[in-house]
Amino acid sequence: MEPIRQLRSTTVVMPATNIDTDQIIPARFLTITTKLGLGKSLFADWRYASDGRPNPDFILNQPSAAESRILVAGHNFGCGSSREHAPWALLDHGFRAVVSTAIADIFCNNSLKNGLLPIVVDAPTHRWLVANPGAEVLIDLEQAQLSLPNGVSVSFPIEAFARHCLLNGIDELGYLQSKLGEIEHYESRRPA
Amino acid sequence: MTGRTMFEKVWTAHEVVAETPATPAVLYVDLHLIHEVTSPQAFAMLRSQGLRVRRPDRTLATMDHSTPTSSDQVFGKLPIRVDAAAKQVEQLERNVAEFGVELFGMRDARRGIVHVISPELGATQPGMTIVCGDSHTSTHGAFGALAFGIGSTEVGHVFATQCLLQRKPKTFAVNVEGRLAPGVTAKDLILAIIGKIGVSGGTGYVLEYRGAAIRALSMEERMTICNMSIEAGARAGLIAPDETTYAYLKGRPRAPQGAAWDSAVAYWRTLASDPDARFDASVDIDAATLEPMITYGTNPGMVVAVGGTIPVKAHDPVNEKALDYMGFHGGEAMLGKPVDVVFIGSCTNGRLEDLEAAARILAGRKVANGVHLLIVPGSQQVKREAEAAGLADIFKAAGADWRESGCSMCLGMNGDTVAAGQYALSTSNRNFEGRQGVGARTLLASPYTAAASAVEGKITDPRAMLRQTSAPLATSR
Repeated sequence: MEPIRQLRSTTVVMPATNIDTDQIIPARFLTITTKLGLGKSLFADWRYASDGRPNPDFILNQPSAAESRILVAGHNFGCGSSREHAPWALLDHGFRAVVSTAIADIFCNNSLKNGLLPIVVDAPTHRWLVANPGAEVLIDLEQAQLSLPNGVSVSFPIEAFARHCLLNGIDELGYLQSKLGEIEHYESRRPA
Repeated sequence: MTGRTMFEKVWTAHEVVAETPATPAVLYVDLHLIHEVTSPQAFAMLRSQGLRVRRPDRTLATMDHSTPTSSDQVFGKLPIRVDAAAKQVEQLERNVAEFGVELFGMRDARRGIVHVISPELGATQPGMTIVCGDSHTSTHGAFGALAFGIGSTEVGHVFATQCLLQRKPKTFAVNVEGRLAPGVTAKDLILAIIGKIGVSGGTGYVLEYRGAAIRALSMEERMTICNMSIEAGARAGLIAPDETTYAYLKGRPRAPQGAAWDSAVAYWRTLASDPDARFDASVDIDAATLEPMITYGTNPGMVVAVGGTIPVKAHDPVNEKALDYMGFHGGEAMLGKPVDVVFIGSCTNGRLEDLEAAARILAGRKVANGVHLLIVPGSQQVKREAEAAGLADIFKAAGADWRESGCSMCLGMNGDTVAAGQYALSTSNRNFEGRQGVGARTLLASPYTAAASAVEGKITDPRAMLRQTSAPLATSR
């Protein structure tokens, strides 16, 4: 994985609360056996009409969204199914961060393992982001800070080890494998 | 020192390395359940890094999400109709053969929904840690196991190390006193709980369901409760093991036997939260006041009593969007709204007691004209038991469509879908937009409410029908 230190991008805003992983990537697209190519199906049921043509009203079909790497979404983004296809689809589309006031647990874990930054901010910051779609925002992972173009910076919580791995481009599996000695010891002192 | 919660006891017993500010805990996994949809990428990772499944003896595979429910497709008379699903099934067969993992495959008598078969086999046991690439892994918490859903990357981690990196969640006591009234089920209770704490109310917590109403539940009812913990945002739900748990497990093929059983039960008896244990949050529910529940919106927290009305919420764009999708308006009664499809099944309500409940209503009655009642057992064992008990005959006589086991219409991956605009009354767990098919409108309820509504062709309170039913109510439900 490429190291991630900073991300500067305009935002796309989807203010709906409780956007679940069935919306992010509907189940009928889960029949792939790889991680790639899901971007075109991201938010498929909102993004395309029943004849397959893009719905012009949907935010991702508007030209302003094309270059955006940061999705600002309503409370409890990513709830529902554990499908890692959700962050894979967001990443394949081009997003590198999701900003909300709350992000569902399993989605958050899955995102961190794929280099999609789950950023939880306070309600006033979120309100500002929702009111200013397309604003250019800086996410500084090293400082764990999000900076708005109006000069306001807020810090965000991020699990320390995941942050370390993202900053250095390290796969978490390597760390787990470095504990194999402890794992074997644990197994030896417990009944089967 | 204050007492410890059940969660803390199970967590601590599985800490290979405790967490520090800089690093999460290395948590040992006793049982890893896998299925065809979320495992292929994890097997590919093993292959690309030259790794093996470290503990195949702690890994169980089945196929459930994308598998067909038509007997001809399951048993090979016809090809699997959904081509991509057929490929996933073949991929899983190749992967388990290459990595030496035990598979309950397409034609295995032990196949079924992963969260139905593991308890059925006795593989799910109190005090265990259980993970699966599926959010409804929370089901196994009904046995006092710490069980939660993981993503495919984490599936790969467990394959390679039998461990996960985890931060310790907080604890949340859900205290349910009183007794459920007749005709009010575990499904109604968990829907009411989610309605009360909200779909993100449990985020960051492990829920522990406690109190007299919980202790009175059967194992299958407890599984229904824990199953939907994730719909409140909680990765896991727990219920303390007790005599009901031990009676369910004793003698099952993978449960401990003989002296090992006695020592296991002795350990399991130590797991319940200590009387003075402190929880980070709590909520109190009076079971006796509950009625059959039904959802009206597009998440499981948008729920009312079946005899109630859709809440009026002025200037709430989320509520408006949901009602617009459902074709409903604030203030309308739920009773009498037409249904097109009724689905009885899923890891929430696809076990034998759920089918018995449906049969109690359907015996001697007919499904309304124009309604498709699809009944999909949670496992092949449930199917056999339902057939042996005569339930399948009741279903067929009523005009229901009786199938092979699987996840089926809960998420519609296998082609069992609801058409756009149709109303599906479903005993499953998610009423998200498009969950059961593009444009499908899902109403979540209990097997009683589902069966009664199938008979009437409209949303129906099942209690009047239950009172007219000759068969006695076997349980508290």
